[in-house]
Parts: sequence; C-alpha cells; structure tokens
Amino acid sequence: MSFESLLQVSPYSLDRMGKEKLLTDRLAELTEFHRRNCPEYADILNTMSFEERKISSYKEIPFIPVRLFKELSLKSVPDGDIVKIMTSSGTSGQSVSRIYLDRTTASNQQKAMVKIVSDFTGSGRMPMLILDCPGVVKNRTMFSARGAGILGFSIFGSKKIYALDDEMRLDVDTVREFLDTYKGQKILLFGFTFMVWQHFYKELLRLKAEGIKLDLSNGILIHGGGWKKLLAEAVSPEEFRSRLKDVCGLGAVHDYYGMVEQTGCIYMECECGHLHASIFSDVIARRALDFSECEIGEPGILQVVSTIPESYPGHSLLTEDEGVILGEDDCPCGRKGTYFKILGRLKNAEIRGCSDTYAAKF
Amino acid sequence: MRQNFDEKILDPVSFVTGEKEVVYRLPDIPARPPFEECAIAFLNEVSRVLLADTETKKFPDVVTFAFWIRRASLMKLKERFEETDSFRLGRGVVFHIAPSNVPVNFAYSLAAGILTGNANIVRLPSKDFEQVKIIACAWNRALEQYEDMKPYGLLVRYGRQKEINDFFSSMADVRIVWGGDATIAELRKSSLPPRSGEITFADRYSLAVIDGDCYLEQTDKAKVAEGFYNDTFLTDQNACTSPRIVVWRGSRIEEAKAEFWKHLHSLVKERYVIQPVQSVNKLTSACLIAARMPGCRVAGAQDNLIVRVAVPEISRDLMDYKDNSGYFFEYDCADIMELRGLCDNKRCQTIAYIGDRDMFLPLIRAGVKGIDRVVPVGMTLDFDLIWDGYNLPALLTRTVAMK
Repeated sequence: MSFESLLQVSPYSLDRMGKEKLLTDRLAELTEFHRRNCPEYADILNTMSFEERKISSYKEIPFIPVRLFKELSLKSVPDGDIVKIMTSSGTSGQSVSRIYLDRTTASNQQKAMVKIVSDFTGSGRMPMLILDCPGVVKNRTMFSARGAGILGFSIFGSKKIYALDDEMRLDVDTVREFLDTYKGQKILLFGFTFMVWQHFYKELLRLKAEGIKLDLSNGILIHGGGWKKLLAEAVSPEEFRSRLKDVCGLGAVHDYYGMVEQTGCIYMECECGHLHASIFSDVIARRALDFSECEIGEPGILQVVSTIPESYPGHSLLTEDEGVILGEDDCPCGRKGTYFKILGRLKNAEIRGCSDTYAAKF
Repeated sequence: MRQNFDEKILDPVSFVTGEKEVVYRLPDIPARPPFEECAIAFLNEVSRVLLADTETKKFPDVVTFAFWIRRASLMKLKERFEETDSFRLGRGVVFHIAPSNVPVNFAYSLAAGILTGNANIVRLPSKDFEQVKIIACAWNRALEQYEDMKPYGLLVRYGRQKEINDFFSSMADVRIVWGGDATIAELRKSSLPPRSGEITFADRYSLAVIDGDCYLEQTDKAKVAEGFYNDTFLTDQNACTSPRIVVWRGSRIEEAKAEFWKHLHSLVKERYVIQPVQSVNKLTSACLIAARMPGCRVAGAQDNLIVRVAVPEISRDLMDYKDNSGYFFEYDCADIMELRGLCDNKRCQTIAYIGDRDMFLPLIRAGVKGIDRVVPVGMTLDFDLIWDGYNLPALLTRTVAMK
C-alpha cells in the first residue's frame, strides 16, 4: 500500500470499515519499515516485545510518546537524505522536538495538507493574509512551529502579505489596500489563535471604535496553536467566532489541531465546530489506567496516527493532550471519519517526594 | 548577640508557633543536655494530644510520628544514644529547612533538635498541609503546660526570601537542610557563623534486594506487599528512600517475581490513583531507556500501575533513567558484588531487603561510597536519629571535655 494511492481517495469519504483496512495496512507497513531502519525504534519495540504479525488493527500498533523526539534523534533514513529538520516551539530553556524530513516525507506532508485544506476552502489558490509578522519565518534553516505553520499554509496563497510588522502592529493601510485589490474574491487568512486574537481582533476592535472598519466577509480564517492563552482570558471558541464576525464580518473560521511531529495530517474544524480526522490519519483517546481505548464521549489521552512519516518513526504517537472523541462517520457536516474535541494539555501531577520541586517536568 | 539586621526583616515571617520576639532571645536561651526529662515529657504530651485528636487518625503519617515521640519510644532512643562517660550539651540554635512535599518530615527534624537540647527554628513547607496544621496545633496545646519549652520550637513560614534565610542562618549553630540539591544550593548562599555546622539531605536513590527463596517462604505475602507499598507508592515512589530497582537473588526468582508483583498490584489497584501524566511519563521513561540501553525488557502488564523494566546489566548511569509513581527496574543478580557500581555512589542511600542482611557485608566492606541504611522491606520510611549516614545526636550536641 503506497501513500500515492491514498492521495487518490477523497479525504473524508471513507467510513470506519473502509478506513480501518487502509490504515492498518499502511501503518503496519510503516511500523515494519521503521523497525528495520531506525535502531532506537527497533530497540523500543523489542523492549515492549511487540510483534507486527500479530496485529489485526492499527490500534494495536505501539505508540511512542511525543517527548521522545526531544530526547532522541529518531530517523529512518540516511543523514544524506535529510532535507529539512523541523523543531517544535519550546519556551526558552525547554528542549525542543527535532523531526527529520527527507524529500518524500516533506512532499507527502504537503500533498496531504492540500487535500485536507481544499476540502474546506475549495481548490485553487487564494490571496492570503498572514496574521503574523514576517520575522517569524526569516530563519529558514530552523523552522519553528509558527513558522512551519505559516510556510505550510502559504501554498494556498496566490498573493501573500503579512498583516503585522515585526513589532506585531497591524499594518492597516497595507491590509486595506490588499482587500481593495482583491475585492469580491475569496481571501484566505491564517494565523495562530492567540496572535489572531491579541494582535488582529483587538486592533480591529480599537479601529472600529475610531470608525475604521475592515470588511472580511469574503474571508476564510484558518487558525491553530491551542486555546490555553485564550482560555486564560476567558475567551471560548464560540466567542472567538462571534466576536470576529461582529468586528469584520468574517464568517468562515476554522480552528485546526496538529503538531510538528505529524505535520501534514492536520485536523480541521468543520462548520459544526468539530475537529475531523482525514483518511491520512486518525486519533484515538486512551485511558490513563491501561491505555485501553475510551468510549465515544469519554475523555482520554490522545494518540495520533499518521500515514505520512517515512523518514522518522512518528506514525503512531502518544500526545500530551487530553481530548474526547465525539463520534465517527456521523457528523452533521457530512464528513466521514472520527471527529473530536481537544480538552487541553495533561495536567502536571503533584508528585510527593523529598526533593523540592523548583521546575516542572515539562 | 543582636546583630545589625533590619528589624523589618522578620515582617514577612508568620509564626505558626511562638512569636517574633522569641527569635531575638534565642541566642540567650540555655542549651540543654540531650534526652533531658523536660524534653521527653513535653514531646510525650504532644504525642498524647495528637493521639487524642480524631483528626490525627485520618493521617497515618501523623499517627506514626505521634507514636515515635511517645515516652516509651523516646526512652529507647535515650538508652541507645545517651553517653554516660562524657558530658554533652545541645549546640544551641538549630535552623531547619523542611522539604516542601513531605508533610511530616519537619516534625521529626524538630523533635531531633529538641531531644538533643537545642532551640529550634523550623521553616515549614510553603504548602498548607493538613498534617502540619494538626501537629502545630498539638504543639501549641502542649506548650500550655510546658511554657519553658516555648523558645525551643519555633515553627515559621515565609516565602523563601534570601534575607530571611540569611538572618536565621546567622544565628544558627547548626543548619539542617532537607529538600534536596536545589534547596541546599539555595541555602548555601546564606553564610553560617564560623563555629556553625550544617547537615544536608541531598538527592538520593534507594534500591530493594529480594531473595526470592526467602520471599516465597513468607506466609503473609499481603503484608509484605503492604510494606513495599509504603516504601514506594505512599510517596509516589519519589522519596529518597523509595526503591527504584528491585534486585532479585536466589534460585526461584521467576516464581517469586510473579507472586510479589501480583500481590503488590492488587494493593496498588485498590489504593493508588494514577494521573494521566504519570502514565505518559512512565511510558516515556521506558522508551528512553529502551533506546539508550538495548536489551531491556518491559514486563507484560494488564495496566500502567506498575511498569517494570528488566535491565540487562546494572550500569553506573542506570539511575539517570529512573522515574517514579510505580516505575521499577529489575535485575536478576547472581553475585551481590554486581551492585558495586550502583552502590559506590554518594547518592545511593537505602537498601530495602528481604533475606539475609549479612549478604551486603562484602559490598559495604568493599568501601562503597553509598549505602547509608540497610533495612527490611516496609521500613524504609521509618525515621531514626541515624539518617542518611549522619548520627544526629552526635552532630546536634557538643562534648564538654572534663579531665
């Protein structure tokens, strides 16, 4: 089973039966491939006494914790084949994930993403307004998650401009000019959730009070990066949408969930506010007690599987996020597959012990 | 000895027992001989108040402490530690830094200071543990009858400000620092007077050694499991005394392992609530050691409560991979000297054992730098005046030579 054949299938067209076989074949194949080509991964599987031959579903394939990519250099291709190293954004002092990409994996990430995003935006490129500053992608040798997100989504933009300057100030004149030029066309907006709120929405609100209003009713916003900071400001996803609509008429707003460890396979939020798994990936909620699969509606630790990673063993990962599977194949939006909701990062445990804890573990 | 400290320095300090004025008088409080009757009577009164309090029963750690300071228990200590052929006195003022996440530890440290005839200032954990409240309350009740003891035990709380550490350190004859390496480094920034000493409880690790044959002969295996549970899960397996590795000896190792872990598992399942992040951490630790030390094996398990990783050898850096909350290395050991690398390390503290205690003698005689305690499984947390290799009564007193 090759990745190419997956690309022939519409990304949300397969129901559980169809997807199960497809994922099981591809992920079992990837497991075997990485076992042969990544010694550390092979040692991990051996330590767990895992045998590929015995599995009947991709859900039985071991998952490795995402934190391993911070501690180990995991790759399944020769160093010479590596074309890009992606790193996660970590606050200073924290170690960052390092994800090694070869040409095939990098290209498949992009192809999968085009298929997924096009399902929401329609095919074809659009004028694109990036709700961030140009500085964030300047250093192209080391990609941060924010930079990688922007570059990843840039493929959907025909003409692209940054809405903020490097001091994170909204450049109103440039944005207005841009909107005038492409009047009547569909405009793609992209940014990180908190940046959108802090530096775009709040500024628009201020301008509105001064009588300056931008019309983005033709816009479609895709944003990601998590809700932690906004929840701290008591902004819910519903409020985020409705306030943006109020301030600039922006009606189409899609959150997405994704991580640098599985770039390409993003989980887009549909019109009903649900995050969806495409045919390229799946998400499974697991119980803390024994990692067994949760029932639909039962919160758990999220495992993500992806059919893309060939250059590094990241096809089955245990995240540090908590979430809940809302259903499968029956979202009112019509898309097949698993749909879910993110509840946030796992809470740090208060561990007892003699040694005082000055710094949290992660 | 009033020093040139700003009077305002103590403003942020809250006194859980005693008051600010007493602090200034401390240098003038007489030191007393160790194990003096008034100290014993006072602690016994604290014990009585604690054991009469229904709140106490909710906290086994408080009950254990209350029993430890009963007269009968203290008299045994007196017998063990009192030296009749020399004249000893407390050093004077002892400044204790209690660890932030073991609720009752401060009380043992304080009791040791009182028993050895010292006046004590104890910096309590910043977190408001119920246990601390209960003990402080009993302490104050007992003081009503023993007013003279008031300056000998001041319990204080403050936000770890350096100026306050400086102040208390400047009047300390001995400083006792619990809380591990980071806290020790923090306190070392505050200097001590020239004659003063310091006792530090650094980050340590511990191990268990079980003779499988001996274990299988035990009739009450549930009780052994209970003891081991207290050694480990009771403190999230993260105390310096908690075994991180179980070393197996004897001829029926596999059989013993099966029994031992089965009994422990049923107890853990009943009592321990595992949080999601602990399960993820343990899996991460197992994967990390798997990738860095080929040949490890994770034992099959029905859940994440107990994660066991069999290691192919005991390498010197094994403890760099340790984790807590029910994460154990295991090793089948033919020759006790295989533990030499692990024990020849200043961080190695306690060996909890089942079997013949004397099996460790060759190891200790080999001159290892670790191993401060060898105690039966179930007793790793039992406090004693000899702790971490320190003889506290000796270190908290001075000897007056009279010829």
